Amino acid sequence: MAFSRRNFLKFAAMSAGGAVLADTPFISAEARAKAEGGNVKYVPTSCEMCFWKCGAIAKVVDGKVVKLEGNPYHPQSRGKLCARGQGGIGQLYDEDRLKHPMILEGKRGEGKYRKASWDEALDYVAKKMKAIAAKHGPEAIAMMSHGSSGDYITNVLKAMGSRNIAFPSFAQCKGIRDEAWLLTYGHKPGSSCEQVDLENSRVIVLIGTHLGENMHNSQNQEFAEAVGRGAKIICVDPRYSTAASKSSFWLPIKPGTDTALLLAWINIVISEELYDKEYVEKYTVGLEEVKEAVKKYTPEWAAQETELPMRQIIESVHELCRYAPNVVVHPGRHYSWYGNDTQRARAVAILNALLGTWGRKGGMWLPPKAKFAKFNDGAPAYPPASKPPLIRGDFPFAGGAGVTQVLRDATITGNPYPIKAWFVAGTNLMKALPNQEKTQDAIDNLDLLVAVDIMPTETVMLADVILPECTYLERHDGLYKIKTREAGVAIRQPAVEPMYETKPAWWIGSELCKKLGLDQYAVKGNGMDAWEGRMRRQAKAWGIDFDKLSKDTGYVTIPGSERPYITADNQPFFDTFSEKINLYSEALEEEGFDPVPQYEEVEQPPKDMFRLIYGRSPVHTFSRTINTQWLWELQKENEVWLNKKEAKRLGVKNGQYVRLENQDGMRCNKIKAKVTERIRHDCVYMVHGFGHNAPQMTRADGSGADDQKLITKYIEDPITGGTGMRVNFVKIIKEA
Amino acid sequence: MPRYAMVIDQSRCIGCMACVVACKRENDVPPEHYRTRVLEMVQGTFPDLTTEMRSELCNHCDKAPCVNICPTGASHHEEDGTVQIDRKKCVGCKACITSCPYNARHINKELGVADKCTFCQHRLIEGKKPACVATCVGGSRIFGDLDDPNSEISVLLRKTSHRVLKKSIGTGPNVYYINQYPTRS
Repeated sequence: MAFSRRNFLKFAAMSAGGAVLADTPFISAEARAKAEGGNVKYVPTSCEMCFWKCGAIAKVVDGKVVKLEGNPYHPQSRGKLCARGQGGIGQLYDEDRLKHPMILEGKRGEGKYRKASWDEALDYVAKKMKAIAAKHGPEAIAMMSHGSSGDYITNVLKAMGSRNIAFPSFAQCKGIRDEAWLLTYGHKPGSSCEQVDLENSRVIVLIGTHLGENMHNSQNQEFAEAVGRGAKIICVDPRYSTAASKSSFWLPIKPGTDTALLLAWINIVISEELYDKEYVEKYTVGLEEVKEAVKKYTPEWAAQETELPMRQIIESVHELCRYAPNVVVHPGRHYSWYGNDTQRARAVAILNALLGTWGRKGGMWLPPKAKFAKFNDGAPAYPPASKPPLIRGDFPFAGGAGVTQVLRDATITGNPYPIKAWFVAGTNLMKALPNQEKTQDAIDNLDLLVAVDIMPTETVMLADVILPECTYLERHDGLYKIKTREAGVAIRQPAVEPMYETKPAWWIGSELCKKLGLDQYAVKGNGMDAWEGRMRRQAKAWGIDFDKLSKDTGYVTIPGSERPYITADNQPFFDTFSEKINLYSEALEEEGFDPVPQYEEVEQPPKDMFRLIYGRSPVHTFSRTINTQWLWELQKENEVWLNKKEAKRLGVKNGQYVRLENQDGMRCNKIKAKVTERIRHDCVYMVHGFGHNAPQMTRADGSGADDQKLITKYIEDPITGGTGMRVNFVKIIKEA
Repeated sequence: MPRYAMVIDQSRCIGCMACVVACKRENDVPPEHYRTRVLEMVQGTFPDLTTEMRSELCNHCDKAPCVNICPTGASHHEEDGTVQIDRKKCVGCKACITSCPYNARHINKELGVADKCTFCQHRLIEGKKPACVATCVGGSRIFGDLDDPNSEISVLLRKTSHRVLKKSIGTGPNVYYINQYPTRS
């Protein structure tokens, strides 16, 4: 293995003392606290400022968290935390947090609540749930969730007999991509993280993936390592992103035409015989069919369709092939763009296969090899679903994580059966789902809306009952299986006691089970130590030293699990019917879809309107962190990026406030114009998550504009149910 | 005695702001003030654009105007080469703030004294790197001892062309910038 800078630092960090300054001098959390004396303790835990699950170490002095550092043992953080991870203390000590259980008094949306004890609030919820289940069946109780807290509420619903549980992370994010790769490779392109071997890549292709701005710690560490090493970046993005600024090839593509580019690239790779012949022969099926199906996608045609120079299309793919297989076409993450997204993901998967990247150095590493014993702490099996769940709709390849808008539609129509209660845990549905009016309509039809959250978001403040969860720095969660190149186990445990009357979600779920007479599904034991006891039993079942994990390292490796590359004795396993990579997909064909991706044009904006595209900020996670002190201070509002020439035509000045109005007449809050050369003329861009309408979030409320408000239209991907959200057009209205 | 300096590898900076937040927390920097910042400067016209990512902080200059101008001796050089402020001696007159060509200082309103990057001197004493360096996601900030020929920064500065900010004014900065822009096709 090359002696990369990361390894140098890792090595430096291990060699204690001397003149070498360590990044994070970490011996063991307990030993370190002893050495420093006083009222200091170091608590290894897992960050939840986003969902990458970095290992964090909380420094606690006199019962207060004063600093967060990255855990050097944990492969997702490698001794570092991003801005949000560093800023996690701001979430813990945010004075706007939900502080005690509350029950609605008056109408939904008026925001009038009375304080309640936990006993009273949970009694209220349980009584309502029982009544709804008695009248409509347990399937009338549904849940939507993001993050750890949902796990414990899932348990309650399943124990009652409902499987109507859906996660926006599927249809509003990466589920589409995962299904496309399952169809192709029989594997998702990653679980804890994408299996991209960036630190060893010689060419990295990013299609809309804006690393740097889209901040996932270890992946960005590797990206910077690659850039620093001189790897070539091919960046396909209508916007000159941070990643584009690091690229050798920036392809400012016409939005909605990415698949045209990919199919032309595939055509070039096959027709010029630049693919990895041995690999394709050995590990794939369907080359001939693909060859035939992409013949018509010539570089000339693609240049016209994508508005990219033909020379650039050809040269970039030649560069990619030159260094194959030590290259990767990044699988991407947020994929719900245009409503035909599964086929775009398929094209990315096929191109990777032709280049032979799966299981190759600098390409995509093979998933780690580790088996974890099944552990459910002696709880009985769940009763079968009372009625078939609605979470898949008519989408043949909708995954088990569920299609949120299908649940929403059923809640509105009552078909095929009524849904009368929602639990919403850790997700601000108003900002996560397209078409806010529909979300509101669905909520209006509910007999019960329960929110489990830490902040008084717009969705939480619509709930009938608010159950305030404590933050990740105040609670235990499950032992986490972390799958990077190696498999490992990490822990989340409290650095400090829960503040106010907040409770961990495991406790909330467990107490709710008891109130519902489902004691057999509650956590065994009593009191706030009960979950830790369960974690100990789980660690034992997995053969993990719990004390080492909780007091010392916060992360332990499963030895021998790391086998990243294909060798004679380490052959890849493709969990598909053919046991090979399906370049041609019979499964798609059987369901009436194109077995090889074909290009579909998307609607283009009418004259004087722009396509609205959106993305991420490195200092914020969706709408979750806007109110967090230091992160808010760094970015209080979002801006709308507008091409300089277009701005001149419209008479919009840089820094001027404007409003956007979409094709359905929906207007957003005022937003600052960023007049820039960094974006094409036919689209405007903003960071997602701003523009809160949540008066109790004193910093975030009203600052910036909400892209989701403008996303009234969405197109469902017929294969997976993903909601294409980049299909809205806006015009610019100048503020008086 | 070490002679501390920082190297910023601009090509590795991904503008994630981890350094900025780490610094704020580590040093209890008051709201709306920063001891370090990251500037993103874009030049050119669509689609021929280039970007410079530039992390800025106190340069701990060898010939520091702030030390020269300080009427009370609060701003001073230490043996490790760093420029520090003795808060007990600072009267908050702001002379150093106007004299600094790098706009690296501000008044800490909570304490009524001038404030700036210390290279996290309190951490150096404990054998730790500055907070911004420790958490730099891109590995763009590199810190070490110029007097140690084998330190990572000494090696880097020997083999890479580098520059300092506003070299011509002769302040002798100890923050070095290296950069290799990608050539774009």
